[in-house]
Amino acid sequence: MEVDLRATLDRHGRLDVPAATLADDADLYAAGLDSLAIVNIMLAIEETFQVEFPDSLLSRQSFSSIASLERIIRQLQSESV
Amino acid sequence: MTASALELAGQAWSIEDAAARVAAVAKRHADQVDRDGAFPAAAIAALKTEGLLGALVPVAFGGLGETLSAVAEACCTLAQACASTAMIYAMHQIQVACLVRHGTGSTWHCNFLRRIAAQRLLLASVTSEEGVGGNMRSSACAVQLGTGSHGAGQRGAGGYTLEKRGSAVSYGEHADALLITARSGAYAKPSDQVLVVSPREDCELERTGTWNALGMRGTCSSALRVVAAGKAEQILPAPFGQIASDTMVPVSHLLWASVWIGIAADAVDRARLFLRAAVRRSEGALPPGALRLSMAVELLEMLQARVTVGLRRFEAARACAAEPIPVGEAADMNTLKAGVSEACLQVVHQALLICGFAGYQNEGPYSLSRHLRDLNSAPLMINNDRIRETTARLLLASKPRLGLL
Ligand SMILES: Cc1cc2nc3c(=O)[nH]c(=O)nc-3n(C[C@H](O)[C@H](O)[C@H](O)COP(=O)(O)OP(=O)(O)OC[C@H]3O[C@@H](n4cnc5c(N)ncnc54)[C@H](O)[C@@H]3O)c2cc1C
Repeated sequence: MEVDLRATLDRHGRLDVPAATLADDADLYAAGLDSLAIVNIMLAIEETFQVEFPDSLLSRQSFSSIASLERIIRQLQSESV
Repeated sequence: MTASALELAGQAWSIEDAAARVAAVAKRHADQVDRDGAFPAAAIAALKTEGLLGALVPVAFGGLGETLSAVAEACCTLAQACASTAMIYAMHQIQVACLVRHGTGSTWHCNFLRRIAAQRLLLASVTSEEGVGGNMRSSACAVQLGTGSHGAGQRGAGGYTLEKRGSAVSYGEHADALLITARSGAYAKPSDQVLVVSPREDCELERTGTWNALGMRGTCSSALRVVAAGKAEQILPAPFGQIASDTMVPVSHLLWASVWIGIAADAVDRARLFLRAAVRRSEGALPPGALRLSMAVELLEMLQARVTVGLRRFEAARACAAEPIPVGEAADMNTLKAGVSEACLQVVHQALLICGFAGYQNEGPYSLSRHLRDLNSAPLMINNDRIRETTARLLLASKPRLGLL
């Protein structure tokens, strides 16, 4: 999943640096994440990981780091099985 | 009158009264400013005298500590007299809002906020750039750190230099400081930007274009080449992407919308006076276009409500400790900008149909020429097509915030 998620960030996150150079807990906003990129990442995560993002998780906190996104994807995947 | 002069006279100073006094000055010069494309020097001097340039600077830094809503109201009042003056005031306050929100963690910027209040500095913005166009989140130029061969005095290891070809810099040559966006370094991506505060004495300006525009002629928004040098600590610590989404974009949309509503309100008032005179002449009979006055006011009231809600949501979000949901707020501020900018033009069009020939004149008490020309800048200042493409995407993820509370 880690590889997939970093690839998704590279493709849709419009970050200032390659996702491979970011630690799991690095601040994605400091790396240039903006609202539009959040939407694109959200849609890409839904497609790649076959999950649906509820409105309640669409917060600044959810998209703050790779670790946070991983946690959310795992949670959504476990809920959907 | 200044705050202290009023206190001596036993009257309380209020931002509403102060804005009304400046508006009276602006109104006297509005036609000449428009005709000659001249900087509204008298009105801006009055804003300085009243201390209104420091309205958003916190009291702790010597400012008035006013709310964004109070400043929006002042923009609306000014715009009823002279749209260029109001737009200059709005653009200045947008820059101050960025410094207040993102600069108070840095000693240099705290001191600069004190200077804005004490010395009544006027701030201008250099975001758009030749070859890049209207996308604020992309820069071609870059700050050079630790270098400095420019002759502005400060250089060495802790210095920066910067050269930018700004494509439209409103009142750049009349400003006391410029806030400039640039890439964070020579190898940074176009979106990896910083915001630099450059006091006028730190930069050299060269006008590279003219400003002979349809409207907003007094903003003097010509192209400028800016060469700046200074200390690295003048660069705001937060990345520009964050400054833009947290403050610059929402505050721009709220204050611009307040200006546009003020322009439309003055047009409606001209139409109202036109109708009054017509009804008097015809011994009480309403002319056929009269019902349009009601239609214009209906629309204007909805626009006012839209901006009031936008201001309230923005202020509430900034007042609470929890960070706002970035996607929802961005969509909200974008629909406000695109919607209000175009609907204000519809309001003025109704006023034009009421005033008819008298409204179509370039002069006279019922002329709406300046209103129409000034307001046509609204859909272009960050192009609505560009904004709506973004908004549609944002709305895919986030349900619009409807509901009556
Ligand atoms: C009165 C006034 C004052 C200004 N003052 C300043 C100032 O002080 N400082 C400053 O930095 N700038 C200032 N500007 C510039 C302003 O911020 C914008 O950069 C500028 O209006 C955009 O110019 P543009 O239409 O050429 O560029 P663009 O926004 O690039 O648009 C050009 C064309 O391309 C189309 N387009 C571009 N991107 C998209 C997209 N994604 N989707 C759909 N269509 C798209 C648009 O429809 C448009 O027709 C001012 C502008 C005005 C009118």
